Amino acid sequence: MKEHIRLAVLGAGHVGPVIARLAIKAGYPVTIATSGDPQDIALITELIVPGAQPQWATDAVAVADIVVLAIPLHRFLDVDPSLLSGKLVIDAMNYWPASDGVQTAFEGGGSSEVVARRLAASTVVKALNHIGYHELEDRARPPGAPHRSAAGVAGDDAAAVATVSGLVDLIGYDPVRLGSLQAGRALQPGGPVFGSVLPRAEFELAVHENARSIT
Amino acid sequence: MTYSFGLDTFGDRNSDADGQPQTHAQTIRNVVEQGVFAEQVGLDFFGIGEHHTDYFPMPSGDVVLGAIAARTERIRLGSAVTVLSSDDPVRVFQRYSTLNAISGGRAEVILGRGSSIESFPLFGYDLADYEQLFDEKASLFAELLKGEPVTWTGKTRASLLHEDVVPHTEHGPFPTWIGVGGNPQSVIRAARLGFGLALAIIGGPPTRFASYSELFQRALKKFGRPPLPVLVHSPGHVAATDEQAMAEFWPRWRDIFSVVAAERGFALPTEQSFERETGPHGALYVGSPETVARKIATNVQALGATRFDLKFGLPGLTHDQMMANIELYGHQVVPRVRELLGEHSNG
Repeated sequence: MKEHIRLAVLGAGHVGPVIARLAIKAGYPVTIATSGDPQDIALITELIVPGAQPQWATDAVAVADIVVLAIPLHRFLDVDPSLLSGKLVIDAMNYWPASDGVQTAFEGGGSSEVVARRLAASTVVKALNHIGYHELEDRARPPGAPHRSAAGVAGDDAAAVATVSGLVDLIGYDPVRLGSLQAGRALQPGGPVFGSVLPRAEFELAVHENARSIT
Repeated sequence: MTYSFGLDTFGDRNSDADGQPQTHAQTIRNVVEQGVFAEQVGLDFFGIGEHHTDYFPMPSGDVVLGAIAARTERIRLGSAVTVLSSDDPVRVFQRYSTLNAISGGRAEVILGRGSSIESFPLFGYDLADYEQLFDEKASLFAELLKGEPVTWTGKTRASLLHEDVVPHTEHGPFPTWIGVGGNPQSVIRAARLGFGLALAIIGGPPTRFASYSELFQRALKKFGRPPLPVLVHSPGHVAATDEQAMAEFWPRWRDIFSVVAAERGFALPTEQSFERETGPHGALYVGSPETVARKIATNVQALGATRFDLKFGLPGLTHDQMMANIELYGHQVVPRVRELLGEHSNG
């Protein structure tokens, strides 16, 4: 099915190129875009993400089935929600005040819930945010391989969570579904799995123990 | 190809032999001794990274480098890194140009964010402005290095109108690098401004950065600049045997990461993740001289780098352990790396 799913990765910083490379390796057609001219990332794309097409964000999103948001969170509020209207959006961003500073819009809850409220006409799934960009590629293993690690996929829309779980599986991780964006708070900074790479059993245990401790 | 080899420290707070933390003042005096010793064992560079914490009490590395400069003759001295975003580029230029004067032209600067975020609240900057602060200030620093009166306008500091910024350097700009931790757009920025590329590789497989070196050289060409060097900065610890190095390093590594993980909200490193990072494909250089030398030689070649700087020490290690590390690195690791790289003279 993957040849029918087109990915647009927004962001050419630490995280975007890594996700784009994994998706290309798994056989997805991938475009990559920033807020600016695709010419500005032509060299980066050629050398760091070979196989991806640099495009203007509007063009990349228009033909995409899944859009990956991999921009710094403080830039998110500059994104016009209508750009992503009707799209399945993977929120790979993090609200990490200890590293990036305090942003009042994201204080006191789940960052993906804030993203979803702003992108009211899109379907938002939280995924690929909790494994460090320096490890995401190294720890990926194809479906069925031994010693696979788990990656969380959280969202309020079960069909969208299933679609993104399929992507996560193909790019190299055992998807662990969480039934709401609120439950996806377990994946963010300060949560039990942020910054670690765990096998499925340990991942599920950590997430569930966390859920018990906050209820 | 001529290679050079250096050491970096963050002013990691020492403990004494009984495990009691030494004072900040004693730790700083130890760093002076370590820098002087680095020259005695034949190293090319000694760098000090800016930090502002109880476990890295090192906000004024340039002062410490000045003390080392007064007691050395050959070793190059620099920051690793200067947190430029929360500093004033004019003052950074003045401090390192002064160091350059004291040391007879041995100063260098590596600009970057490092892992140091504590300087932002300390000096009244907002971390959310990091990008604009760094971009503007790095551009101004490039202007200052030209050594001519500077006219500059931006949003992050007062404008300059034909200001002659002193002290002038004697022999043109001192080497300046940008520290990059994985963002390819930072590589492009280093090329655009004409700074060297310092790859800070502190986790994950180093070889994933090989394409960054190529990106850097291609970008330099695109901007009409001559080729510029690439250096690699990574943490590690050398002791007589692999076992001793691991036994000294791992508990301290776990301790400091426990503190940082709690401060920043990420998961603790496990023994498995540590083993992965100290193995042949990880980012940490911990082991006997032979183990560390082989790993450095492999990665320097794979990454197209001509300099390797080992970030030595950790909070809680003793000064003696750090000095033993420096001696083994200078006397055994570096000669062995040069041999593995097929370099015939120390040129």
